[in-house]
Amino acid sequence: MNVIKVRNLYTSFDKNVIHNNISFDIKKNEIFGILGGSGSGKTVLIKQIVMLQKIQKGEIIFLNENLSNLTLKKEENLKLQFSYLFQFGALYSFLNVLENVQVILKEYTKLPKDLITKIALTNLNMVGLDISSAYLYPSQLSGGMKKKVALARALANQPKILFLDEPTSGLDPSSTIQFNDLIKKLKNTLDLTIIIITHDLDTIKSTLDRFIILKDTKIHFNGTLTQALESKDKITRSFLTFKKDSYANKN
Amino acid sequence: METSNFDFNFSTTNNKIELLGNLNKSSLPKLISFINNNLKYTIDLKKLHHVDSCSLIYLISLEKQGSILINNKFKDLYEHYKRYYLDEIPKEKGNKNFIENIGKTTYKNLQELKVFIIFLGELFYYFFYSLIKPNKIRFKEMLKYIDASGIGALGIITLTSFLVGIVIAYQGAVQLEKFGANIFIVEMICITMFREIAPLLTAIVIAGRTASSYTAQIGAMKITEEVDAMKTMAFEPTIFITLPRVFALFISLPLLVFFADVIAVGSGMIVAYIDLDITYAEFINRMYEEVGIKHFLIGIIKSIFFGIAIAIIGCYRGFQVRNNTTSIGKYTTKSVVNAIFVVIALNAIFSVILTESGL
Repeated sequence: MNVIKVRNLYTSFDKNVIHNNISFDIKKNEIFGILGGSGSGKTVLIKQIVMLQKIQKGEIIFLNENLSNLTLKKEENLKLQFSYLFQFGALYSFLNVLENVQVILKEYTKLPKDLITKIALTNLNMVGLDISSAYLYPSQLSGGMKKKVALARALANQPKILFLDEPTSGLDPSSTIQFNDLIKKLKNTLDLTIIIITHDLDTIKSTLDRFIILKDTKIHFNGTLTQALESKDKITRSFLTFKKDSYANKN
Repeated sequence: METSNFDFNFSTTNNKIELLGNLNKSSLPKLISFINNNLKYTIDLKKLHHVDSCSLIYLISLEKQGSILINNKFKDLYEHYKRYYLDEIPKEKGNKNFIENIGKTTYKNLQELKVFIIFLGELFYYFFYSLIKPNKIRFKEMLKYIDASGIGALGIITLTSFLVGIVIAYQGAVQLEKFGANIFIVEMICITMFREIAPLLTAIVIAGRTASSYTAQIGAMKITEEVDAMKTMAFEPTIFITLPRVFALFISLPLLVFFADVIAVGSGMIVAYIDLDITYAEFINRMYEEVGIKHFLIGIIKSIFFGIAIAIIGCYRGFQVRNNTTSIGKYTTKSVVNAIFVVIALNAIFSVILTESGL
């Protein structure tokens, strides 16, 4: 079953074409990667899927709803079914760590307060954040800690679909490995569909089920890692083998 | 979200709650209100179709009190969350001690005073430094700020001083007419306007308009680490950011006050002509004969100090902004409130000193 269908998407800013008629599907319960160089329109694409940016031409079907014509009610319903992890966390600066994680459960469920606190703490503990920082404010956290809090916030909502915008940038290597293990585990146990924008080779190698490479306004490659490594195409190969070699050399 | 496909069966024979269907964050409250925090039962998850993490954490929290039967499907997930589950909610470190709080606040204020003195010291140092080396003065920036905070404010200054001029002249006219002292309207308008009202009014408008914009600009630069970038490139923020703004208000506020004087006296002349039949020529002659130039000069000189104070406060509060979005709002408010207060306080001090010294 396809969770997200993108059909003939065309996006341009002024005369600068970002996406030229791209189409792809994201299946249920897979970890899907969006790869590409800087400025290839990865973030724009994901922001169009989560309704932060307007769709100019083409259509996106998200959980069987066409995003171009949604009622407010349907839009809210849809928004409660996914979480978005922003590149720099985007924590609410006026709330502390714990409140940041609690906020969506407080607003949208009728659960008792101390249960929400326990859910928040469990999630914070799970992403590897020291619980002693639960009452700190975002301005007192480091970049990596912010990211962990943001991930805990994204998970606490129990989404069906999780969007991660460069989730491992700014994390230390051991946190990156933990993070990759965590999302794989969550995908299996919680039936999550995860969409990741990433440059991190570890993440690409160890987590992604399938990915697309955006290049020159088109989808240059769409398939699995093994397919990509077997492909005869120069750009896809150079894109991955280069990374693969440098990874191999490091070891 | 759908709550309908969740249900539970309760059998009293073996005190067992059997959960059916989808247990998620929207259907969970139904179970919570049934169990009501005193579990003496066994909860059976074997027939449950789907469960989410919120519900699992709730079930884990119940484990101490009763037993829970998990089927293999959820076992991994249950164990996963159980590993990270925390039963103790850490207490927030609040300090309720009154005396401790007084101490801390006093210390914080003293530190802040120290920071302010350092800021002033740097400003004076670089002020004299740039007087010795005038090529260090950022003339282009200065002109930009004169344009933004001086020329940009002409409209609002025109409007406010015109209206205040009319009000003062009008109220004065009513009183003076009773004594037949019509012509004294000239002294009344000119002296109050030149000496007190125009400088104060202009300074307050500029404090609201410019101090806030300086604070917000510098604050945003601090958040985006532009100020730090400048420091690493050996661009001294005092020379690049603070001094051009201080110079800009140092120059533009006296000019604005002069402009406000003209508008306010002009509006007073109109009222005097309409209400008291004093012609424009009479008004100007009387002003020339009776109103000393010192009143005008006092107003202008005062406004120089107001301008410097407003710019310093605006910049200082801007540099205090810390790395979060709420602090911009906080320090912008503080900068406007402080700037207005300092303008009024300075005005009072000038008033006392000048009157006592017979000027």
